[in-house]
Amino acid sequence: MIAAAGGLAAAPPPAAEVAAIDLQGVSKHYPGAAGTSVHALGPIDLRIPTGSFVAVVGPSGCGKSTLLRLVAGLEMPDAGTMTRYGTPLDAPSHEVGIVFQEHVLFPWNTVLENVMLPADVLALPKAAARERALRLLEMTGLAAFADHRPQMLSGGMRQRAALCRALLADPRLLLLDEPFGALDALTREELSLELSSLWQDLGRTAFLITHDIEEAILLSDRVLVMSPRPGRLRADIEVDLPRPRNADTARLPRFQELKQQIRDIIFDRRA
Amino acid sequence: MSVPSSSSLAGRATIPAVYLVLLVAWELSVRVFVIPAWILPAPTEIGRTALQWAPELALNSLVTLRETLVGFALAIALSLPLAVLIALNATARRLLYPILLGLQSVPKVAVAPLIILWLGLSEWPKIVIVILVCFFPILVNLIAGLEAAPRTMLDLMRSLGASPHMIFRRLRVPVALPHFFTGCKVAVTFAVIGSVIGEFVAAQEGLGYLILISTSQSQTPLAFAAIALLTLLSIALFHGIEWIERRVVNWTP
Repeated sequence: MIAAAGGLAAAPPPAAEVAAIDLQGVSKHYPGAAGTSVHALGPIDLRIPTGSFVAVVGPSGCGKSTLLRLVAGLEMPDAGTMTRYGTPLDAPSHEVGIVFQEHVLFPWNTVLENVMLPADVLALPKAAARERALRLLEMTGLAAFADHRPQMLSGGMRQRAALCRALLADPRLLLLDEPFGALDALTREELSLELSSLWQDLGRTAFLITHDIEEAILLSDRVLVMSPRPGRLRADIEVDLPRPRNADTARLPRFQELKQQIRDIIFDRRA
Repeated sequence: MSVPSSSSLAGRATIPAVYLVLLVAWELSVRVFVIPAWILPAPTEIGRTALQWAPELALNSLVTLRETLVGFALAIALSLPLAVLIALNATARRLLYPILLGLQSVPKVAVAPLIILWLGLSEWPKIVIVILVCFFPILVNLIAGLEAAPRTMLDLMRSLGASPHMIFRRLRVPVALPHFFTGCKVAVTFAVIGSVIGEFVAAQEGLGYLILISTSQSQTPLAFAAIALLTLLSIALFHGIEWIERRVVNWTP
């Protein structure tokens, strides 16, 4: 169940199935103080199979946000190859929706206008986009707030709106960068469960970055454990919990086992 | 933002009451110490003179207001393209910023006679001085605003594959608006000063001209009335911009 970092890419991909994301030997350095270079990440091999929910857990500063920025096409690696659905990943794509750590909603736009931003940028037909935006807001319980400004909403509602925006252009891949990190524990759990059922309904591929082990287990098919300096994938753990998952999932003995297993891997390295 | 007492009647009455006390103190000092009106006129004396000269004051106020507004509008019109150019283009920044900073650093009072020499006695030299005095705060704040888009929002736009034009329209402009209005509020009070500088150097009308003429003839109460009008004009323009700002930038708490 636990594979060494180098072994993650060892398994050959199933025939005729292209991974949503495939990273091979990817590493990233940042310029540090006085001409030095900080090794932030890698080398990393990462495969996100189509239709799966993959999470990366790790402590703050372990390079997991860098990993997500690479997968998003917002930054380019120094070494290694990256593909998205079989084609070279060298720029952001409208096939990818991102939910950022902070909601990043525009305060000068209404909730509906914010959700429709991708349609505006991608020049999608207005009427259809509006209909889809309203349906997404309906699904997330925000229909009544469509014409409100985001600053009138609670933190949880803002993050729901950000999720709606990420889903508007019907992306094949959803990237989640600690999407609930800024929320209180109760709202975080509530939104995690909502996201879990939403993901199952939509049947999309998702990639989650988080420091919350329980959130990672609750949502994912696989949890990758990351260690810092430089960021490397330490373990690949399959989450064999039944779906649909709900508030009771966290009480299963298997859930606690997985949680302990991941904690052990993280703290072993950091002790 | 809100002072707790400001909503109560007592709270709202405090500030006018303080001003009234100051005015009364002024009036009493002038009377008790028998200060001649040509040195320091009493508020009642200024008021009486203002009423007596009301038509002239109104006419000259309009002249100064016109110069101020035309110069201010042109300063905005000049600052907008320059700020966009400087904010988005590094070469333009290196080329233009030193020139603009130089223009700002030249003492406007010192070049005012030259400008009048070049442009003659029309209202244009005053307008040019107004532009010179007030373009810089608008420009600097606008540049800062156009560069103030948070990285997270830029990432969002980039992740959607937004073009620079789209990023400009949907993100940079709205982020810049509050900065722009801050610049305008500073600039408009400078603009009034700019008009007066121009009128001091060469003019046949305007409040600055009126002040110059009335002091030279020891008509101090009239000068005070003109100064009071200039102050009120400046305050009114400031609040006018604030009023527009509240309607345009309606998303900040």
